[in-house]
Amino acid sequence: MKGSIYVELSKCLSCHSCELACALEHSESKELAKAIYEDPAPVARVRVEAVEGAAIPLQCRHCEDAPCVTICPCEAIEKLGPEQAVIIHEDKCIGCKFCIAVCPFGVVSLRSDGKVALKCDLCLGRTEEGLEPACVSACPSGALRFLSAEELSKQKRQAAAKREYQAAQSGKEQAKEEQT
Amino acid sequence: MSSKDNSISIDPASEQMLESAASQELELAWDRYQAMLPQCGYGQLGLCCKICVMGPCRIDPFGQGPQKGICGATADIIAARNLARMIAGGAAAHSDHGRDVAHTLLTAASDPNCDYKVIDEKKIRALAEEFGIATEGKSKEELAKAVAEMSFAEFGQQHGELKFAQRAPDDQKKRWREHRVMPRGIDREIVEIMHRTHMGVDNDPKNIILQGIRAALADGWGGSMIATELSDVLFGRPNPLKSMVNLGVMKADEVNILVHGHEPTLSEMLVAASQDPEMIKLAESKGAKGITLAGICCTANEILMRHGIAIAGNFLQQELALSTGAVDAMIVDVQCVMPALGELAKCFHTKLISTSPKAKFPFAEHIEFDESKALDIAKQIIITAIENFPKRKGKNVCIPDIRENMVAGFTAESVFEFLGGRYRPSYRPLNEGIITGRLRGAAAIVGCNNPKIKHDYGHVTMTKELLANDVLVVTTGCTAIADAKAGLLDPGEALQYCGKGLQEICRAVGIPPVLHLGSCVDISRILVVLCNVVSQGGLGASIADLPAAGAAPEWMSEKAVAIGFYVVASGVYTVLGQPLPVQGAEGLTKFLCQDIEDIFGGKFAFESDPVEAAHMMLDHIDRKRSELKLAPVLYPVPYAPKEVAEAAVAV
Ligand code: SF4
Ligand code: SF4
Ligand code: SF4
Repeated sequence: MKGSIYVELSKCLSCHSCELACALEHSESKELAKAIYEDPAPVARVRVEAVEGAAIPLQCRHCEDAPCVTICPCEAIEKLGPEQAVIIHEDKCIGCKFCIAVCPFGVVSLRSDGKVALKCDLCLGRTEEGLEPACVSACPSGALRFLSAEELSKQKRQAAAKREYQAAQSGKEQAKEEQT
Repeated sequence: MSSKDNSISIDPASEQMLESAASQELELAWDRYQAMLPQCGYGQLGLCCKICVMGPCRIDPFGQGPQKGICGATADIIAARNLARMIAGGAAAHSDHGRDVAHTLLTAASDPNCDYKVIDEKKIRALAEEFGIATEGKSKEELAKAVAEMSFAEFGQQHGELKFAQRAPDDQKKRWREHRVMPRGIDREIVEIMHRTHMGVDNDPKNIILQGIRAALADGWGGSMIATELSDVLFGRPNPLKSMVNLGVMKADEVNILVHGHEPTLSEMLVAASQDPEMIKLAESKGAKGITLAGICCTANEILMRHGIAIAGNFLQQELALSTGAVDAMIVDVQCVMPALGELAKCFHTKLISTSPKAKFPFAEHIEFDESKALDIAKQIIITAIENFPKRKGKNVCIPDIRENMVAGFTAESVFEFLGGRYRPSYRPLNEGIITGRLRGAAAIVGCNNPKIKHDYGHVTMTKELLANDVLVVTTGCTAIADAKAGLLDPGEALQYCGKGLQEICRAVGIPPVLHLGSCVDISRILVVLCNVVSQGGLGASIADLPAAGAAPEWMSEKAVAIGFYVVASGVYTVLGQPLPVQGAEGLTKFLCQDIEDIFGGKFAFESDPVEAAHMMLDHIDRKRSELKLAPVLYPVPYAPKEVAEAAVAV
């Protein structure tokens, strides 16, 4: 499944369920009651940031021309293809933190032992099986959506078209009213 | 049960109704559960707090985010406060039920025109003596009045100790006094939980839980026990009797009235009213062949135990029963009644009738019950149902043709008579059975249904696994209904699942291998049985010494939490099918599943696989057997005691 995660900010209630689901998805056991006692502790790659009372969930944008891929000195970060994930190969990562420095969104962090960089991998295992990313399926209010750029622009076009249509309709009616 | 199997229930009648409901696009608890997935991890782990509005606060269990609430409360403190409040909810529900029964007894004893009477003279005399009331020359009404008043006083008592708690073995009472959990008054302990868990009061997780235990004990050895004992006085002590169970007890050509909820006061009167010849005549005049009254949940167990009224189903069958389209009226009182029922009833001609001033429901007709006009109101309800019957005509009705025979009606006293046989009324055969190793031990399986586990699967699988391993099973509540539907309360059918030793005991003593002891408040009967077994002798000095264990494989309610705590604090090892919401609190979890055993002799374990859970219970039973230096189990069993298994491997 190709796609990216899009956030509808007005729908986020800041419950932090996405963070929990992400950490769980990246745990050994994938069982919540066990995962929380794993060492190293599983890390969430999405964080809900607070800005003036609003909640903004942030995760890797999987940029098409990703600065982290460019700057990585050991080719540890790979862009898998257009509209596909940017992933970090942990075995190649030396922990230089350049990727953290250049990421415009601040969504790269360090593993709890500090040795390698971590970030959203777009839940590759899940999307290959046709499932949505863990954070998306965990969000109770539908603030997170996983879809392709084409699907997103189609949806936006539809919405824009609807708006224009309605505007045109009400314009006509207004004109009619004015005539009578 | 293959893991690929995606059925929702092991009960064929329920499966049939699930299919029918799906084809009618009815929304059921399982659909709502699916819609709720994935459920909030913070809630599951017990890590959110909204006790004050500096919050809500939540602790990040993975350690990246906050580790303390705004007030500074840690995961252990937050989880302990929430858990204690669950106990308060459960203890309040059971105890308020007990209070209502005491009120009915007082009315019955004081008002000669009251529809309720003091039925069980033997029991009221015994209770009066236990309460230290001079009984000589006093009528049963006088005694009942005194006992009812003294029971009321137990709720409001401010100091001292609850009366029924004195029934516990000395060793257990010593532990309670030493750790200051001996309950003083029923209401007081519940109020004190609410006080202590207010923002900024008790912030020692263990100390919070100890108060939880004090309230839980006030439930088991107080409110619940009052409910059971006084119900016996009012409605008669149950005796073993035969009946039927499952949705197929409803009849297409009769007026079907289901009673659902918990308290026996209303359902008792509905039994009387539904059997009134005038009512039957009225039903016939509307084209029905008669009136079928059947129950759901614990109010069903109450009238089953005393009148042999059939049971239509357990907790997760309440919606399935309505989905048959055959219910003319469902009458509900309190507890475990889903607010979804009213909307579902609207899809049919079915009337949902609420009766308690404490419990109103969306889209229900309210006919308020009043003890002083009990029979009249019961008749009015029955008439409403009968008059609704003709509206069923021509409508699609689907009653699964599935029902089972069962024997129910055991109590601490009737088990006593049964076990001793007619001339040897004592617990001796039970104790002897355990001592000689014919019986490996005893287990209590209780609790609800929960859509998180295949309906009835936990109850029935666990029961069978224990029977096969020569463990005598006692049961109440929705477990008892599940077991009954699976044929496990039919002595003829159940014996095939039993090990050889258990078969021998059941045949010699004339009891079924699974004893139905009643409703959830009747778990107090299990406490009394345990006391009797201890005082019979030969199996140690306290409940904690007994080769016995408890379980709630499908629990869901706060009441179950309260029960879990009073049972554990009474010395019983208890396995819960769903974990308590504390697993995000490491220290608290360790306390409940480990350290608490040193204090009270019982502890919790969490295991969702019923076979695995049964094995954990068997391991515990074996440990107790070896501590008591009892003979090894007499016959080979499928899950052999650990040492024996190891020895076999060594050979
Ligand atoms: S897509 Fe997967 S890895 Fe990325 S933030 Fe969501 S849950 Fe985490
Ligand atoms: S799960 Fe959804 S609503 Fe909750 S914090 Fe994440 S994005 Fe916001
Ligand atoms: S009591 Fe403490 S933890 Fe709970 S909501 Fe208030 S500040 Fe938060």
